[in-house]
Amino acid sequence: MKRGVPLIITFVVGTVLIFSVFIPPMENLGENFTLFFDIIAVFAFFLGGGNLLRVHLTKLTRRKRDWEYSIVTIVGFFFMLACGLFKIGNPGDISASLTAEGSWFQTIYDNVFVPLGSTMYALLAFFVASASYRAFRAKNREATILLIAAFIILLGRTPLGTFVTGWIPDSFSVLQIPNLAIWIMNSPNLAGQRAIMIGIGLGVVSMSLRLILGIERTYLGGEDK
Amino acid sequence: MRYIFVIFSLVFLTFSAGLAQVDTLGADSTLLNIAPPAPISNLTVYDKANDHGHALILEWKPSPDDAAGKNTVMMYEIYRSESPDGPFENIGSVPSGNSRYDNIGILEKEARDYIPDNTDLYYRVDAVTINPEIRTSSEIFGPVRSYSNWFHRGRVPVLFAVLIFGGLMMYFVSVARKGAELYVRPLAGIAAVDDAIGRATEMGRPILYILGLGTADMISTIASFTILSRVAKQVAEYQTQLIVPCYDPIVMTVAQEVVKSSYLDAGHPDAYNDDMVFYITTNQFAYVAAVNGIMMRELPATNVYMGKFYAESLILAETGAVAGSIQIAGTDEVGQLPFFIVACDYTLIGEELYAASAYLGREPLMLGSLKAQDYAKAAVIILSILGIIAANFGWTAFTNIFKVLD
Repeated sequence: MKRGVPLIITFVVGTVLIFSVFIPPMENLGENFTLFFDIIAVFAFFLGGGNLLRVHLTKLTRRKRDWEYSIVTIVGFFFMLACGLFKIGNPGDISASLTAEGSWFQTIYDNVFVPLGSTMYALLAFFVASASYRAFRAKNREATILLIAAFIILLGRTPLGTFVTGWIPDSFSVLQIPNLAIWIMNSPNLAGQRAIMIGIGLGVVSMSLRLILGIERTYLGGEDK
Repeated sequence: MRYIFVIFSLVFLTFSAGLAQVDTLGADSTLLNIAPPAPISNLTVYDKANDHGHALILEWKPSPDDAAGKNTVMMYEIYRSESPDGPFENIGSVPSGNSRYDNIGILEKEARDYIPDNTDLYYRVDAVTINPEIRTSSEIFGPVRSYSNWFHRGRVPVLFAVLIFGGLMMYFVSVARKGAELYVRPLAGIAAVDDAIGRATEMGRPILYILGLGTADMISTIASFTILSRVAKQVAEYQTQLIVPCYDPIVMTVAQEVVKSSYLDAGHPDAYNDDMVFYITTNQFAYVAAVNGIMMRELPATNVYMGKFYAESLILAETGAVAGSIQIAGTDEVGQLPFFIVACDYTLIGEELYAASAYLGREPLMLGSLKAQDYAKAAVIILSILGIIAANFGWTAFTNIFKVLD
């Protein structure tokens, strides 16, 4: 029973949504089912908040390793919650917009949350450099091909590529580095990407059929017995 | 000197105001003197094909005054009525140069744009000049009706593809059930999971499992649950520590159930605790910061990334590499695959992520679906080659068979 009901729901909803692709009057059903998911997701946020508090309060009360960080999390959580619920510092009364200019909620969001997020994102630049260094070491044949392709594309996307190979006559223009870079991106690269995408498409259909037919049921919790 | 400047300024202002007045009058008189444009011709209205109804398409031949060198028509206004005698209601407009208007209605009866099905409707198109008063109406077209189609004929190739694929799957599942041995190509990334868990046990360090940024309704997240189930089962058997930080609360709830069941299956329900699977945040980079912190503090022996990943993929994988962890990744995000390939020891590319669950299960039903997938891929390769040949020789009859209409 515990598994039967979810399997029946999955089968019915999955089958109906497949039919809706081919039967135009059923087209809106997909959107309606998504709404159901959104409604459930709203309640799940309480679960998420509750879990966050439980984990960090446990860590704090039992003085587990790095419990000091939990203080920051809990204080931040309740402070932002209070700023949002009671609209602390909002210009106007309680009915004013939560994100109004000058409200504490928006001020903290703009001056703490956004810069911290941007800092994390900015780290990507350094990680790209270190990952490129590792990938471009010509330690085997594949890595050498990758290195040459990357070198051509990097040169082709800068004025240096035109400067270096601009003298090649138009009849051999394909050998100019910017044109080579375009060819690499549009032919081998795109072909490879499309092959992966076709594989993903077939994989999605196969996985979906396994789910709809109840062959794949690990998502219900553990293996089928 | 100051008086001269003031007088000069006054004269200048007066002169400018006078010019402005003349200009305005001139413009007004030009607007009033526009000749009415020639009307549009050949107005046709027909039902939109392959839809749920409530939609009609208008096509016409533009007004002769909507052409280079004339350009007195600024736009076309569309009017609709339920009676040829009116009243006609303006339902939209398109700029000059256009000869088509898609009158797509809203399904709700209360909405202003609602178009009733199976009801006689009449249309008129006005060619409008820069002066909205000066316009010429077309002849009224009608009656015309919109109606719903019960089958989307433009998607017949998709239907056939699904039926053929479904048939192949059923066939191989039945073959596998009869006991036939089905060969499945080994997946290095999945085979490495066993070694990685063993390594974690030997080192006495935890295993970090990241489900990605996907929500529970994404196929890649569901595939990740399956792999998590296997990993958790082995972790339970080896009595290693498992850490599963989650981005989405629903994903966390499902992951808790999956891990708990796996511990139960492994015969160690007492080793499970809810703190293994926990929620962090639904903000991308805050989540990354938290997971990176865990990596650097806990120094996990193995990091497993399975699911949907975006810009955070490289930040996570590079931090894991710095922490000295063995890393196994799998995603269907094509844009993130190069980052994982570079930074991780093993990567499941695209469909391998979905195949992993079937590969791990080794159940006939699962393997049958994998085999069908392989045959479908072979068919796609053959059809692609035939398509290239047909396109180069101009055999449009062949390529049109596979054309899918939206």
